[in-house]
Amino acid sequence: MASITPEANRPPIARAPRRGMSRRLRDDLRAYLFISPWIFSLLVFTGYPMLASFYFSMTKYNIVSPPVWIGLENFRVMFTEDSLYWLAVWNTVYYTAISVPLSLAVALGLALLLSQRARGIGIYRTIFYLPSLVPTVASTLLWIVLLNPRLGLINVALETVGLPRLGWLQSEDWSKPAIILMTLWTGTGGAMLIFLAGIKDVPQSLIDAAMIDGANGWQRFRYVTLPLLTPTIYFNLILGIIGSFQVFGQVLVASGGGAGQAGPLNSLLMYMVLLYRNAFRSFNMGYASALALVMFIVLVLLTLLVVRTSNAWVHYEAAPRR
Amino acid sequence: MNRTIPQTTDQQTKRRSGMWTRRLSGELLAHTLLIIVAVLFLVPFLWLVITSLKQKSQVFTDPLVWIPDPIMWSNYPKALTSPSFPFVRLLSNTIFYTVTSTLGVVISSTVVAYAFARMDFRGRDTLFGITLATLMLPGIVTLIPTYVLFSTLGLVGSYAPLILPVWFGTAFNIFLLRQFMMTIPFDLTDAARVDGAGDGVILWRVMVPLIRPALLVVAIFHFLYTWNDFMGPLIYLSDSNDFPLVLGLYSFRGRFGGSVDWPLMMSASIAIIVPVVLLFFVAQRSFIEGVTLTGLKGA
Repeated sequence: MASITPEANRPPIARAPRRGMSRRLRDDLRAYLFISPWIFSLLVFTGYPMLASFYFSMTKYNIVSPPVWIGLENFRVMFTEDSLYWLAVWNTVYYTAISVPLSLAVALGLALLLSQRARGIGIYRTIFYLPSLVPTVASTLLWIVLLNPRLGLINVALETVGLPRLGWLQSEDWSKPAIILMTLWTGTGGAMLIFLAGIKDVPQSLIDAAMIDGANGWQRFRYVTLPLLTPTIYFNLILGIIGSFQVFGQVLVASGGGAGQAGPLNSLLMYMVLLYRNAFRSFNMGYASALALVMFIVLVLLTLLVVRTSNAWVHYEAAPRR
Repeated sequence: MNRTIPQTTDQQTKRRSGMWTRRLSGELLAHTLLIIVAVLFLVPFLWLVITSLKQKSQVFTDPLVWIPDPIMWSNYPKALTSPSFPFVRLLSNTIFYTVTSTLGVVISSTVVAYAFARMDFRGRDTLFGITLATLMLPGIVTLIPTYVLFSTLGLVGSYAPLILPVWFGTAFNIFLLRQFMMTIPFDLTDAARVDGAGDGVILWRVMVPLIRPALLVVAIFHFLYTWNDFMGPLIYLSDSNDFPLVLGLYSFRGRFGGSVDWPLMMSASIAIIVPVVLLFFVAQRSFIEGVTLTGLKGA
């Protein structure tokens, strides 16, 4: 994530002066040969699907028979008739609104801990990162055991400290917090390492200057380190939103597969699960495309919103990184 | 990216100015916090191992059983030879998937990244801009038409839809390798050009040896991505003989219905986790540099 606009400081490509059009054309053709796989991929695996999803979203299509044009009918059904739609929207927004900020805060906290000068810090870094390596299916199965409502480890621990046992994945109210808890264990390692690198990039001279001015530990963090980390937070925020709006694996495994209710009273019916069921269980490809398109537009708008508001809180005056 | 130097000099300064006691109490506090958090992160792993060695009846008991009695080592061979979890077959499917996919990604992304980094052609900057834009593209919008495309080609049910698209490069890896190539001095590639080498030779003989660390990062992360990939195989594969490990584990759980044999599930999970953890320990440096270099979240 060095810089997203790398063109600025790019050295010119040294090359002999051009000798006429034919040489230029030959250069172009050779370069296009090198880049042709990617152009093919952009056309076939990005451009075409994007255009096609606009078209499919206005059709009734089950793959077997050709698509039938129905205009905006899919969107009308989605917004006004499909009761599962708004439930899925609510579940996904709930999950995202809590898990993204919480994950960022935990990742930042862990990174701050790891930035302390203590012996054996590498071991702690490894331990904190290790859960991120575990495949989703395996980690979810493990957490189903840990979160067992009767005699799971978490509930026993809660009871030991005098708190009530919770229903977790078996309860309508606690199933989403359960998934969020899992996400904290498996999903913070990457962001943590990125924050750690960001913290280590804060110039020591700034910290020293703040210390001379009498800033205590919290003030040094709040007014020196944190502002310099905002580009990293910003980047992780956007990725976090995009990722958690599309949360899928954990909830599918935790709610016991693609059939029946997704969790107690469909409390784990996330947007992606609804889409998966429509597309690959009942083969309503048209309706599923409409679902995908709405999600896509919402994500683009959200990203733009974050980008727009970023001027207010993202500080770029730091020395260029690396 | 040498981040250790300022740390050492700072330690020396502190040592010289005699802040030993403060340093010591600070370190004590830091260690206390670190240990508490480390225990929180490790307990689930510990419970995974403990549960994998229990009898089925000892999983949910009051009080909790921390030391299985008897220790059921036999859970491992039992899980890994179970007809519902044919480990060897699942493993070989996974290796086929990860290796072919990773090889394809590394080769194609390197070639394309080289063109972006070292070749001068019309439309390059526009094309690179588009490439950056697709980095942010949510997978959800291309999912269904891509499925329809492969369905039309009769390739649903095979690994082709999972492997073929990445053989033409992926935006993320092209971007990463291109950025890395930009740090290689132009003098080196220009010298080869003056000696009469063409782009193919320069890429293979000059560039590839110089960017080996970045290639390793790309390979490791893509390997990990495919090893853990759940949704792709779930959507495209239907014959359980073709499943990779992760999907095999998912369907293993599904076969139990109501009464799941959790010790067996945990044994099977450990068998899937161990190779990844081993890879991490072997290539830890690349891993951590890679995450920080790329801003990649997890796997």
